Amino acid sequence: MTKPHKFIRTEDAPLLPPPATEAGITGWLWQNIFASMADFHSPMAALRSLFMIFFTLLLVYVFVDQTYGLLDFAIFSAVFTDPETLKREACWTVAQGGSLPEGWHAACWPFVWAKQKFALFGPYPEESLWRVYVSLFLGAIGLAWVLLERMPYRKHVGVLMLTAYPLITFILLTGGNSDTSFGSVGIWIITGLALISIGRMAQAGHLGSLLNDLSGIFGVLGWSIVILNAIRGIVAIDFNLQPVGTGDWGGLLITLVVAVTGIVASLPLGIVLALGRRSNMPVISILCTIFIEFWRGVPLITVLFMASVMLPLFLPAGVNFDNLLRALIGVMLFSAAYMAEVVRGGLQAIDKGQYEGAQAMGLSYWQMMRLIILPQALTHVIPGIVNTFIGLFKDTTLVSIVGIFDLLGAGQSAIADAAWSTPVQAITIYLYIGGIFFIFCFGMSRYSIYMENKLSKSRSH
Amino acid sequence: MASNSENGTAAASKMQVTDDVMISMEKVNKWYGNFHVLRDINLTVNKGERIVICGPSGSGKSTLIRCLNRLEEHQAGTITVQGITLNNDLKNIDEIRREVGMVFQHFNLFPHLTILENCTLAPIWVRRMPKAEAEEIAMQYLERVKIPEQAHKYPGQLSGGQQQRVAIARSLCMEPQLMLFDEPTSALDPEMIKEVLDTMVSLAEDGMSMICVTHEMGFARKVANRVIFMDEGQIIEEKEPEEFFNNPENERTQLFLSQILDH
Amino acid sequence: MQNSTLTSLIYDARYRGYFFQVLILFLLAFGMWWLVDNTVTNLADRGKSVGFGFLTAAAGFQISDTLGTWVMDYNVGDSTYLDVYFIGIINTFLVAILGIIGATFIGFSVGIMRLSRNFVVRSFATVYIELLRNIPLLLQLFFWYFAVLRALPSKREKIDIIPDVIGVNITGLYLPAPLPHSGFIYSVIAFVVAVGITLAMKRWAENRQAETGQRFPVLWTSVAVIAGFTLITFLATGSPLEWTFPEFKIDGPILRRGFQSGSGMVLVPEMMAVWLALTLYTAAFIAEIVRAGILAIAKGQTEAAYSIGMRPGMTLRLIIIPQALRVIIPPLTSQYLNLTKNSSLAVAIAYPELVSVFAGTALNQVGKEIEMIFMMMMVYLTFSLLTAAFMNWFNSRVKLVER
Repeated sequence: MTKPHKFIRTEDAPLLPPPATEAGITGWLWQNIFASMADFHSPMAALRSLFMIFFTLLLVYVFVDQTYGLLDFAIFSAVFTDPETLKREACWTVAQGGSLPEGWHAACWPFVWAKQKFALFGPYPEESLWRVYVSLFLGAIGLAWVLLERMPYRKHVGVLMLTAYPLITFILLTGGNSDTSFGSVGIWIITGLALISIGRMAQAGHLGSLLNDLSGIFGVLGWSIVILNAIRGIVAIDFNLQPVGTGDWGGLLITLVVAVTGIVASLPLGIVLALGRRSNMPVISILCTIFIEFWRGVPLITVLFMASVMLPLFLPAGVNFDNLLRALIGVMLFSAAYMAEVVRGGLQAIDKGQYEGAQAMGLSYWQMMRLIILPQALTHVIPGIVNTFIGLFKDTTLVSIVGIFDLLGAGQSAIADAAWSTPVQAITIYLYIGGIFFIFCFGMSRYSIYMENKLSKSRSH
Repeated sequence: MASNSENGTAAASKMQVTDDVMISMEKVNKWYGNFHVLRDINLTVNKGERIVICGPSGSGKSTLIRCLNRLEEHQAGTITVQGITLNNDLKNIDEIRREVGMVFQHFNLFPHLTILENCTLAPIWVRRMPKAEAEEIAMQYLERVKIPEQAHKYPGQLSGGQQQRVAIARSLCMEPQLMLFDEPTSALDPEMIKEVLDTMVSLAEDGMSMICVTHEMGFARKVANRVIFMDEGQIIEEKEPEEFFNNPENERTQLFLSQILDH
Repeated sequence: MQNSTLTSLIYDARYRGYFFQVLILFLLAFGMWWLVDNTVTNLADRGKSVGFGFLTAAAGFQISDTLGTWVMDYNVGDSTYLDVYFIGIINTFLVAILGIIGATFIGFSVGIMRLSRNFVVRSFATVYIELLRNIPLLLQLFFWYFAVLRALPSKREKIDIIPDVIGVNITGLYLPAPLPHSGFIYSVIAFVVAVGITLAMKRWAENRQAETGQRFPVLWTSVAVIAGFTLITFLATGSPLEWTFPEFKIDGPILRRGFQSGSGMVLVPEMMAVWLALTLYTAAFIAEIVRAGILAIAKGQTEAAYSIGMRPGMTLRLIIIPQALRVIIPPLTSQYLNLTKNSSLAVAIAYPELVSVFAGTALNQVGKEIEMIFMMMMVYLTFSLLTAAFMNWFNSRVKLVER
């Protein structure tokens, strides 16, 4: 039988600094690089370590080589100015007839500067470009205001961005002054107001009990008519702006218009579809499911083809559809289906208890959705929504295939310009356009990750 | 104790501690980055001993026992288990892991395998046993932990207490010399704690050497040869249970005991 | 009273549902009728008719050499539009399958690299993923086609990858073409038989392990059996496989120099560009899926496995990968479907897949938009539904059993 062990510490053991392999720069270097290379205890381990050493060196070499190559191409050896307006000859080697040394292969930036306005705004008339700048500026400020947490009245600005901003932008970009007659607008508005009044009277019980129960419909109908025609009216005002048709828009402007319109329109539609898919009524549920699965099952390019080719057939003869509008409709329907799935994921994540609590309080279906469920569901899937937007932003390049002039289409047409024909023509403009896309998409994906981290921290488990 | 009065000296000799040294930790230090998590740990555990380690959270208790089966690496000092030195040699680590079993706070059962498969996995793949033999041994241990009828269910179908008992059986199927318990009842609902503790007590009565990190002081009183109190990475006090609970000498021990024993 | 009947339809919980559904069906029927009516009027106005008869008419345009034209034996002026339809489907299928194989391989590698402890390896994978995910696929396609492949030597020159065997220039990648002779079928049979033997051997090894506990190196012996069996049969039947090598003429009249058509097998640059773009782009997404799948498996599983003595290789095979695959395979299948749908972008560089050849060239010639777009969408919808069915089946099969 051993003696029972007894120990009481009288003095604290010293707090020692960690060994070099644990902390500090050496620690980081060891853990992240050398640890995987230094294990020689057994033949297998030695083989693995040797492979790691070789592979790491190879990757370092490739990385340095490619990065240097890129920097050299884009900056060090690139041509930046074309003072004599030689155009393509400014970027030709001696053998081709220019002044650059043999073997030169780098970016021809004067080409990009020459095409830049075209790539960003398309053939938009120069003197009206200030309107585009104002729209973009307002948009940027509005977006920043809504995204930064410390700003006051974020929600109000958000609502403004979704309602007033599109209207203002539309007027600014197209010039307003549409053909609608103020007379017809006026008549419609009066009709709408009348309906609202009928609805009010019916609700107060002056018109009998049947109309009392149906008063809600009058109200909704009346307000819709009033709002719709108010918009028509505002768009018809002559602000003395030069009219610029959508055929004259192009480049990054089109990309932004398509992407933003797509997302803004697909969100409410997607919510409705998601709610419909989860509905208890089989007809609605089946219809929504078919709708969603159809648009998700076909490539976007076929949707765009369908929109540009078949929409004129589906609508009454004589209704002429703007080319851009057709593409927009296709994009909206397509992204609504994807958005519906994202929202559905959020709805499924809501605990059943939330529904039950809301119902126990006596809220109607729409009240419950609007006040309790959707706010939680949508917050939950903000990362998913941002990811869908990133995908949509990249997908806007497809409109160039159906003849709409987006950023990539501008690039392609720039390459076709023989006045700038050099061996590096294509690569230079792709570098520029790719850079723009990368900045937008990478920025958005960083934001999405930031939101995801924030949301998962605030979840209570 | 009940079993003592039943079997008298037989049970008493089963709970006897031998002179064979099972684990020896000398001047063990460990750091996580800049944080000195284990400071000058010196500990000897003999075969047949039952040790309970307690202390406030962050004191390094879990880290200490996880160093014993190399789930964590120590950077200074020596650890020897059953005569085998714990270092980077993979053969040593494999041998030690075969002799040492561990039960985790969150059970860590394999959800895609049945209970029986969870238990027979290591004997078949590590000890190269035929399936029938492994299943026999597994059923024996499942009976030992009193849930043989669940053998063909999946972990997701069992309660927390049942899952933890399966985890104990799974470790026992490798027939280890030493069992490590890392807060085995902390994740359980109160009504299930007793069934797991009873299993551990019966293991102890059968002579299994064990090191337990736990807050269950009733268990410590019943079964432990030694209770160790750790704080801030050091062993502060080490005594037999009766003396430990009645007469703690270090004031940190006194503070800790007053916090957990009063409610 | 009529009053209460109408309101009860709207407010009574029992009838409200039926009322709204009937209303919606009615509105839907009305909407459909309106659309169809417009369409019929518009078609009549343009003098078009509806019908699938055009499918038997001869197609009068050239299609580049691809697997589709080879399978359907395409001849200008002889083959019909139905043949064109199938050529499109075959070419879509071809580039999709090749893309899936490439993307899976690269994607899994990059995903595992992303999890490495080594900073260099990890960063390399991260840069790859971020770069390729944030640039539109169409731009990547244009980059490969217009910037990289255009830089290849012109038609009268070439770069030799393996001299006289594999060469490349701007007209394509030239590889030897296999020409099986009559005895080749035996080698194929031998291959199938060898695979069967391997499966039986695997079964036998499992039983042996269950009985005696001993393990059998199934993987290496399977490889040996399959390779050996097939090879021996091949040699025994006199190596009935001839290869035609691409021929490159250096001299003679200038217009005749270059790779001779009909010699060897050619991969047109359009297909190479599509394959490269699709593979690299999808691989970036697959890498993230693989990483998420492996990270989803709690650390405790690995620790539990180690603590019962299982080695890292065994743990990976028996514990981690089965659980990770459950998490990885559904989004992986989605990516495969996306890749197939993205192949439609090839219309921008005139690779003759379904959209390009059927909804592009053929549609321009025939003009029957509704029928042709409908036929095209049916193909993609079928792919999508099959994939969704597979995913549902897979999920129900491997679902973790819970209370």
